[in-house]
Amino acid sequence: MQLTGAQILMKVLKEEGVDTIFGYPGGAVLDFYDELSRTDFNHILVRHEQGAVHAADGYARASGKVGVCLVTSGPGATNTVTGIASANSDSIPLVIITGQVPTHLIGNDAFQEVDIVGITRPCTKHNYLVKNIDDLERVIREAFYIARSGRPGPVLIDIPKDVTNAKADYKGFESVKLRSYNPTYEPNLKQVRKVIELIQQAQKPVIFAGGGVILSKASDDLTELARKTQIPVTASLMGLGAFPGTDPLWLGMLGMHGTYRANMSIGEADLLISVGVRFDDRVTGKLEAFARYAQIVQIDIDPTSIHKNIPVSVPLVGDCKITLKHLNRMLVDVDLGNVSGKRQPWLDQISAWRKTTPLAYEQKETIKPQYVVEKLFELTKGQAIITTEVGQNQMWAAQYYHFNRPNHFITSGGLGCMGFGLPAAIGAQVACPEKIVIDIAGDGSIQMNIQEMATAVQFCLPVKIAILNNGYLGMVRQWQELFYKKNYSCTNMEHAPDFVRLAEAYGAVGLRAKKPEDVEPVIQKALSINRPVIMDFVVEREEGVYPMVPAGKAITEMLLV
Amino acid sequence: MMTEGKHLFSILVDNQPGVLSRIVGLFSGRGYNIESLCVAETLDPQVSRITMVTIGDDQIIEQIKKQLFKLINVIKVNDLTGSNCIQRELVLIKVMAKPEHRAEILRIVDIFRAKVVDVGPEHYTIEITGNEDKLLAIQNLLKPMGIKEIVRTGNIALLRETK
Repeated sequence: MQLTGAQILMKVLKEEGVDTIFGYPGGAVLDFYDELSRTDFNHILVRHEQGAVHAADGYARASGKVGVCLVTSGPGATNTVTGIASANSDSIPLVIITGQVPTHLIGNDAFQEVDIVGITRPCTKHNYLVKNIDDLERVIREAFYIARSGRPGPVLIDIPKDVTNAKADYKGFESVKLRSYNPTYEPNLKQVRKVIELIQQAQKPVIFAGGGVILSKASDDLTELARKTQIPVTASLMGLGAFPGTDPLWLGMLGMHGTYRANMSIGEADLLISVGVRFDDRVTGKLEAFARYAQIVQIDIDPTSIHKNIPVSVPLVGDCKITLKHLNRMLVDVDLGNVSGKRQPWLDQISAWRKTTPLAYEQKETIKPQYVVEKLFELTKGQAIITTEVGQNQMWAAQYYHFNRPNHFITSGGLGCMGFGLPAAIGAQVACPEKIVIDIAGDGSIQMNIQEMATAVQFCLPVKIAILNNGYLGMVRQWQELFYKKNYSCTNMEHAPDFVRLAEAYGAVGLRAKKPEDVEPVIQKALSINRPVIMDFVVEREEGVYPMVPAGKAITEMLLV
Repeated sequence: MMTEGKHLFSILVDNQPGVLSRIVGLFSGRGYNIESLCVAETLDPQVSRITMVTIGDDQIIEQIKKQLFKLINVIKVNDLTGSNCIQRELVLIKVMAKPEHRAEILRIVDIFRAKVVDVGPEHYTIEITGNEDKLLAIQNLLKPMGIKEIVRTGNIALLRETK
């Protein structure tokens, strides 16, 4: 059967289980869009291509499926770069399809031509330029396979205009085989046995969960392991939700803005079982001091993550879920003795840290941002999908919204990309129409992709945006306060739009809370409205995120308030 | 104790446009060093072999190996350092050849089993293959005569068959 490039794309997308495309049309993708109108894909027309990628990212994280974007050549393609880099840092499976000028014009500096394959080479898992229509079907299938297998990531396919309307035989489904790419899923069982021995010997063990647990859908297995062995659990920003945030064994987040008890426990641990983490500098602080008394076990599907920053005693290359299943299965035959009794002194120590130095703030006359996040947690019963922007809003969301389930916290962790939260919320809402989706935002970040309000309104996506409005680029201001003698250079952002009226201008609903007693009614009202709502919380201007580990210090050296 | 040293990698990759750029981009993006680089098709026209000399301590070398292998187009990464392999590099040396030095240069060429491939009134161009030590030795001997220009191909290497 002969099909055009555009028809082949639509057909393979269908076969790959795609139902939603986030995109923006343009000259080089006219054939795709023409064909798209004759299909039943749910196409979300964003207002900026960066929004398309973040939305696909939010969609992928909330649904566990591959997110798909379709944009045009030149500026359409370059606008995707930030979103792709963010997804690449956080290992999110995306397929980004960019239009390209016709093959005979490539290299001619043609109108709306950029070498997007060259530009995105270092920030994609893989990318393709399809110059020959006969390769198109195979390449699209490979792209999906590469995006979702192994350590997931974004894959870009650049398709010249003449390829979109050339014709080729459609071969139909065949499984992808790449001789140069075979991720290791099954761990070495000898290594797994070593972990069991270490668990038996350990007095002060800690489990450290990362985004890999969520990506491999291993939360239940991780929870089983922790409860069976009574090992307390901490997580990176990306790992929040991998273990229930209200469980007694939960330590809170680790790292620069981690809880006191999480950071202290890493400082004293004699065994650290890390699962699906890459020991980012925001987690480890000063490397030599990180987990200095601990034997470290590292379970990860990506061999490059192992030994990269931290020397490891037991490396375990494999899928997190499969490896944890082996571990749990093999633990059945092991006599752990009286685990609770044995673990009690360690858990008592952790409780003591928690009692002396909990996460805390004081709610006075002006609204504290932490209070807003706590109220959001309370009034949504912890059931909402939370996306964030980047900065203080992100850290307060991570600290005060206690995530009990995976795929409910969606944040740009590795790249730290402002403007992520709103489009990601849109994507998450598309994936989960029945869920409450809230973007916890700052007044700075929200303005980076505010145009996507129009997308939310057009597609009736009732996302809620909670702006913690302090009139500053708050996290940068906090660093200036602490490390630059309060020289608030260029971080004052008081000149901002009236967010309530802005919401109304977009056709959404705007609400504002100026006093602590307004917070609850505003949230309740927002949750009762089945439309997009911006909640503008006028918060304490110079509130800081604490604890804080200054850059380059050991994570046990925290600034507390 | 980490030891910094030269490593010789033999890398098999898909013979496709852009693959070399992925490899080179990996090195520049992550701050690794490339000392020499040689690329050509293998017997299988779909596969190219890259022979590369790089420098780093054990931890960096391990990362380089793993990062290379992580690239989708990389089929095999072999660290030939310290293994039983044949290493060769070809060098062209343009050396000043004044009448009083000509006989001496030819003697050196003879001793090293090199070849004179171009002759002019004022110079010889010498072709020589060998491993690093040999190439360095001939350069040192020719230096007093005045070396005008040198071009090196970079190392290539092949494992010896086990007997």
